[in-house]
Amino acid sequence: MGEEVKLFRTWSSPFALRIVWALKIKGIEYETVFEDLSNKSPLLLQYNPVHKKVPILVHNGRPIAESLVILEYIDETWKQGPLLPKDPYERAMARFWAKFGDDKVLTSIWSVFIKQGKEQEEALVATMENLKFLEEEMKGKKFFGGERIGYVDLALGCLANLISIFEEIVGLKIVDEEKLPLFYSWMQNFAEAPIIRDNWPPRDKMIVKFQALLDAAIASSSSS
Amino acid sequence: MAGSEVKVLGTWASPFALRVHIALGIKSVKYEWVEENLEAKSQLLLESNPINKQVPVLIHHHKPICESLAILQYIDEAWPSAPSILPSDPHHRAVARFWAAYIDHKLFTWLKGVASAEGAEGKKVALDQVREGLVVVEAAFWKCSKGRDFFSGAGIGYLDIVLGCFLGWLYVAEKRNDVKLLDEEKMPGLAAWAIKFCQHGAVKDVMPDKDELLDYANMVFQAMPKLNGQCPS
Repeated sequence: MGEEVKLFRTWSSPFALRIVWALKIKGIEYETVFEDLSNKSPLLLQYNPVHKKVPILVHNGRPIAESLVILEYIDETWKQGPLLPKDPYERAMARFWAKFGDDKVLTSIWSVFIKQGKEQEEALVATMENLKFLEEEMKGKKFFGGERIGYVDLALGCLANLISIFEEIVGLKIVDEEKLPLFYSWMQNFAEAPIIRDNWPPRDKMIVKFQALLDAAIASSSSS
Repeated sequence: MAGSEVKVLGTWASPFALRVHIALGIKSVKYEWVEENLEAKSQLLLESNPINKQVPVLIHHHKPICESLAILQYIDEAWPSAPSILPSDPHHRAVARFWAAYIDHKLFTWLKGVASAEGAEGKKVALDQVREGLVVVEAAFWKCSKGRDFFSGAGIGYLDIVLGCFLGWLYVAEKRNDVKLLDEEKMPGLAAWAIKFCQHGAVKDVMPDKDELLDYANMVFQAMPKLNGQCPS
């Protein structure tokens, strides 16, 4: 059909992973362009002049940015292996949960990782509250999408890998299997699912990268 | 739809609730508006949106939908007959969603920042940021509208609603700070669009009076000077 699909990403971006998973789940052939964010390519700057970030999907020469926007575009363009449900109410709920994930869950978990002292304690409390809502949502389901991985699973999916990396680096338990049994199971099921398990970035590289980010954050907060 | 009941939980000053008003108006859907008091939230609101406890909430067939952008898309999908809110082509839909995310995450954050900025220098920086954001959106307007009246073309649609709901609060920021933000010289496209948007049939009867909004804002910001000047949403 002469489709040209390119994905601009970095090796570690959790937002780009969402797109890798979506493309592979749907069996779409694509070319990867790895970016170095300290030396952004002219193409990246041309395709996403507003944010200058990855991921960017370029389909037949037309760029789309913002990972959740890209996910919906992929779902609307390639109909096989649907990510969003058909029913308008279920679709609205999926969009709600994805936004909750980005606005609240990822934010609070990041704060648990990057902050210290009282701020970290508060972030842990907020994280627990947020994850309890997700725990409730998981009742009777294997994935947020039901029997199959869907839009919300892809939106939250990076947590299935990142949480254990953060726990290892800061030495704190974020997801206790006893307190959040369904969410914990989801993390295992998602991380080990076909396609997902083959595309995690190398764990040792992730630990080095995030340790460095934490060290830099601690250094800059203690020197201020 | 026989027997279907549509309720909107909102506040008159909330730009996000205004989005829902306008979208239902475009689709000619009859609905009951429940004016919430955010100081004393109703049981219905707390049950319908237990996670964020915010307006707007759309309740359809007794099922609540939260988050204004999710509500807009729900309205388009639950009442699929014309006129459409989102474009039909996937690439144009992606462009509309991209700019909606920019308006909500960047422009609106910067607009809130004007209210919470301290000192003359702080205010100036915050106001400049809003203007820069509007310049970026001006360019998007020309690309999306292709010379027609609205982002969506001849009629109003998703992006018009997403941005247009903030026009009252932009006016508030202009008056409270004695500046021009939506500048006819720097943003001629948006300036002309704003006038047409406010006059549109689905907008003019539901948009709050901007001077009433100004009085309200003055009252709120004077009563609680340390409040992060959030638009009630």
